[in-house]
Amino acid sequence: MAIKKLLIANRGEIAVRIIRAARDLGIATVQVYSKADRDSLAVRLADEAIDIGPPQASKSYLNQATILAAAQSTGADAIHPGYGFLAENAEFAAAVEAAGLVFVGPTAQSIRLMGDKVAAREAAASAGVPTVPGSQGRLESADAAFALVEKTGFPVMIKAAAGGGGRGIRIARSAEEFHHLMPQAQAEALAAFGDGGLYVEKLIEGARHIEVQVLGDGRDVIHCFERECSLQRRRQKVWEEAPSPSLTQAVREKLCTSAVALAKAVQYRGAGTLEYLYDDRTGEFYFLEMNTRIQVEHPVTEMVTGIDLVREMIRIAGGEPLRIRQDEVRVSGHSIEVRINAEDPARNFLPNPGTVSGLSVPGGDGVRFDSMLYQGYTVPPFYDSLLGKLIVHDKDRPSAITKLERALAELNVDGIFTTKPLHQALARDADVKAGRFHTAWLEPWLESHAAALATAPPPSAAKATT
Amino acid sequence: MATQQIFSPLPGIFYRKPAPDKPVYKNDGDVVAESDTIGLIEVMKSFNEVKAGVTGKIIGFLVENEDAVMAGQPLAEIDV
Repeated sequence: MAIKKLLIANRGEIAVRIIRAARDLGIATVQVYSKADRDSLAVRLADEAIDIGPPQASKSYLNQATILAAAQSTGADAIHPGYGFLAENAEFAAAVEAAGLVFVGPTAQSIRLMGDKVAAREAAASAGVPTVPGSQGRLESADAAFALVEKTGFPVMIKAAAGGGGRGIRIARSAEEFHHLMPQAQAEALAAFGDGGLYVEKLIEGARHIEVQVLGDGRDVIHCFERECSLQRRRQKVWEEAPSPSLTQAVREKLCTSAVALAKAVQYRGAGTLEYLYDDRTGEFYFLEMNTRIQVEHPVTEMVTGIDLVREMIRIAGGEPLRIRQDEVRVSGHSIEVRINAEDPARNFLPNPGTVSGLSVPGGDGVRFDSMLYQGYTVPPFYDSLLGKLIVHDKDRPSAITKLERALAELNVDGIFTTKPLHQALARDADVKAGRFHTAWLEPWLESHAAALATAPPPSAAKATT
Repeated sequence: MATQQIFSPLPGIFYRKPAPDKPVYKNDGDVVAESDTIGLIEVMKSFNEVKAGVTGKIIGFLVENEDAVMAGQPLAEIDV
């Protein structure tokens, strides 16, 4: 059933992105909004907009019944969940379909399967996709654990089965250390969690974050190559690029083929991303998890392949088969995306909502700014700090970095502090220019560059427009 | 005795508890010290503690748990 009217169950820059894709396909749009988003760009752009409640996400963007009722009262025939909020909520996907509407995404069953860490790991293993070596489940004895680490090799992480958030993790770099730490870890796990169960996992130090974009129609799956997102702060991606600067052609081929094998094994439908850790010293990669939705950093893939991923996922949801064959997907040039957040890098990334008193948007060939901003817009404090994404594309990575510096210089968000100075400093950094980084690279860099970031010029105050 | 108000330092969502399954930081009638935390403000997914700022006795909270608040909005009244 071709979609005629699409409801966007999200906000911010991704809502704007989805409205544009729908409009390019001739599909009417309905934007839901909380009271804090009444003046948002998405509301202004959509054909229709409907109030779904108070600012708190739990009472608006996460309120499944209200969103379904909004779809029914506006006559929408499909719901696009964007990312975050209800995008990976299997219960919601099922409720949308049960209401006779189209969910722009995979089946509830796929979301459930990939959302379960153990099940996803098992699915990967049976599709022949490598995962981080470690115990399949909890280990009750130190002997069983040692037998396992003799196979995986050192260093290993010893984790409490009942733990979480990094608590109770120990790192052993040798057999001697392992024998010393294991009893400690068991005792601590028992004391802290009332459960001495442990599991062990090989520690991949200095690994990069590489992910593969896939598109499936429930029968066939293609990949659109990889993105590298190793520059992260507190596990949040900051700078993303395509292609990865660290993969050899042979590894790229193996990695992307593995992603297709796993997505095919679960009969994946829609746009999805398989995340991996990649050790560029050994050439080994390990599957981490699959995100069953469109991702923030999807534009870098669009820039290098020329494929509009959001449009494709809407077409697939409307019942069309994949229109692109694998051998038609080609990478041209290099693309980089940086996240422009309402955070002040000079003050430890303090969030600062407020009013955009002036806005200059960069332009020119190969420059794209996906954002929710307009001059006079007041950024509400209730949601995440992402204001927009600056994306550049050029013939190769050095040219893309040069263009990024130029585009950042043209970008001015007046009235609020943003992460622009961070990206300017990164674009000038020798390691970044050489592609020498990994997922634990940025945080120490931020500490050693704190003084330089603290003296970065603040955004200009309100300027009179002439 | 004079009455003072505790104002929200930031715009965001006000929480009276450190976590959904924990008790409230302070109840009406509680005695507070200057450095006591009386709640949290969530701004763009980051959580910031709100300190009493004065020593005294809480007369009452002026906002509910999980209310949206503006910067400068009074959160509680306090007898000092």
